[in-house]
Amino acid sequence: MDLFEHQAKELFAEYGIPVPRGIVAHTPEEARAAAEQLTGRVVVKAQVKTGGRGKAGGVKVADDAADAHAKATQILGMDIKGHTVHKVLIEEASQIAEEYYFSFLLDRANRTFLAICSASGGMDIEEVAHTAPEKVAKVPVSPLTGVDRARAREIAVAGGLPQQALDGAAELIEKLWAVFVDEDATLVEVNPMILSADGQVKALDGKVTLDDNANFRQPEHAAYVDKAAEDPLEARAKEKHLNYVKLDGNVGIIGNGAGLVMSTLDVVAYAGEEFPGQPKPANFLDIGGGASAEVMANGLEIILSDPSVKSVFVNVFGGITACDAVANGIVSAFQLLQSRGEEVTHPLVVRLDGNNAALGRQILADAALPRVELVDTMDEAAKRAAELAAVGA
Amino acid sequence: MAIWLTENSKIIVQGMTGGEGTKHTRRMLAAGVKVVGGVNARKAGVTHEGLPVFGTVKEAMEQTGADVSVVFVPPAHTKAAVREAIDAEIPLCVVITEGVPVHDTTEFWAYAVSKGNKTRIIGPNCPGIASPGASNAGIIPADITTKGRVGLVSKSGTLTYQLMYELRDIGFSTCVGIGGDPVIGTTHIDALQAFQDDPETDAIVMIGEIGGDAEERAAAYINEHVTKPVVAYVAGFTAPEGKTMGHAGAIVSGSAGTAQAKKEALEKVGVRVGRTPSETARLMREIMSSR
Repeated sequence: MDLFEHQAKELFAEYGIPVPRGIVAHTPEEARAAAEQLTGRVVVKAQVKTGGRGKAGGVKVADDAADAHAKATQILGMDIKGHTVHKVLIEEASQIAEEYYFSFLLDRANRTFLAICSASGGMDIEEVAHTAPEKVAKVPVSPLTGVDRARAREIAVAGGLPQQALDGAAELIEKLWAVFVDEDATLVEVNPMILSADGQVKALDGKVTLDDNANFRQPEHAAYVDKAAEDPLEARAKEKHLNYVKLDGNVGIIGNGAGLVMSTLDVVAYAGEEFPGQPKPANFLDIGGGASAEVMANGLEIILSDPSVKSVFVNVFGGITACDAVANGIVSAFQLLQSRGEEVTHPLVVRLDGNNAALGRQILADAALPRVELVDTMDEAAKRAAELAAVGA
Repeated sequence: MAIWLTENSKIIVQGMTGGEGTKHTRRMLAAGVKVVGGVNARKAGVTHEGLPVFGTVKEAMEQTGADVSVVFVPPAHTKAAVREAIDAEIPLCVVITEGVPVHDTTEFWAYAVSKGNKTRIIGPNCPGIASPGASNAGIIPADITTKGRVGLVSKSGTLTYQLMYELRDIGFSTCVGIGGDPVIGTTHIDALQAFQDDPETDAIVMIGEIGGDAEERAAAYINEHVTKPVVAYVAGFTAPEGKTMGHAGAIVSGSAGTAQAKKEALEKVGVRVGRTPSETARLMREIMSSR
């Protein structure tokens, strides 16, 4: 999960990392009030979970409270790379002497952590790394030894930071490491990390990505979830512990196993290319290994409540869960939906393969469920589901 | 011979007394796998599923001669379990557990490296490793394929099963599910190297998915070191950017980690990449029938 800048900075502040004073505003009036409280010049910053907001006009300096109201009016509601701006951060303007770059991140390829530090901050670090790689220090950090003050200072030196910034930067880096480890982050990035006119090193921006797998030991992270931005269907699926991602097509997809479901999306998209309107997958839904009737029913219910869905493809490979159990799950799911007063109104194409596939198919044939079609192979079933979606069945 | 897991492998289960551990120990035993015991510090001395439960991995190894551990311990305790396996220097540790925090995995990986990598770690978040007809460590269904001369390495469990099943008439030497997490112990490259060196493997199926650059690095490795034919499949061509697709590691970030980039990297070094799992199976069938 990515945090908003203001959330990242609130987190930084808890760890004693210097950040500018700031207040979140959702309306121009709130922006005016915030600027009045902060006094003096402020910066109005769009809160969106994407980069490049400065270039897009999402960051503006305001001279006073009235100007903050005007700038917030311009920025709120703006679209930045598909993200609508719902809130702005009103922040005291900083006197910047120099701008640096710093981040800790997970280095997947080398299976370790990495500190990236550069005296060339404030811009796209990938661009700097590309054009002037000698200006970007990439220092591996072992999870076994971590980063203490001395190590932090070494990293700052490696990044080419000037003498007068080293003490402040080392302290900030040491504290960022604490954020990175204690919060189970996979990225903490400060760009720019600044040396202010009065000689203080501060985090002027903040980007944090948290590991969702650590939620069980980070209960306070639940407060960071941006409920307003969640797709309503995704939110409902999450409540039912379903692994669901909304997509923009019209063929509903249910499968078992993340890889198989990803593959199913691709196969349906390929098949759709041959039909009018080019039907595409409407969602990703992985019902996991032991697909019980209840899980199947919950999944079907979510998918059928998506108004863009025209057909549904149930693609199951019986591994540990045998196909007869999956077929019984589908039959019970229909009964369960019926008892909830829901009706299956779209055609369902089912492909069962693997353990006890013949038995599973027999169970479905005997049940003679309305609008359910059995197809033998994944490729053929994908084609049929796309075809049904194309005719708007 | 197969890679890493043979008919002589003796398996212990860490977390055997838990729900998943019990279920899969039972399945492994039913498939004729040599499971020789379990580990649970709080239940040492009891018998579970007819097998002795030991307090530590070390003790279990001493008492049974076990050389493989399968870990079903829940995410909160997985790191400690794997560190214990590393300390005991068990040759193979297969981590099935899903949902392990990546800081924990990165830490136990660093620990394994610091101890000289005496323990091969597979996973986490993986289905395990199966050498059909010989042994099976993990949750891969034993009866969907047969013994043969194709090696398979995959990030995805169900796609592994799909290919094992589609090529059941040809059969496999060993199938390795390396898992879909951002940080894993055994990589595509490790498996490619082992299959290349295995005299009983003639060709290799490699299954990848979006996220990271493991497939690109595997392509570079194949180009330099693998002479046996490799057929690949990559899932996630239509996955949107920035969304995690089920597996914690399956995410396209900006222009990095796309299926298209992986496919191109593999094809550039002469690997044939199937558009669908079935086509991938067909490509492998062609290779094996022309031998």
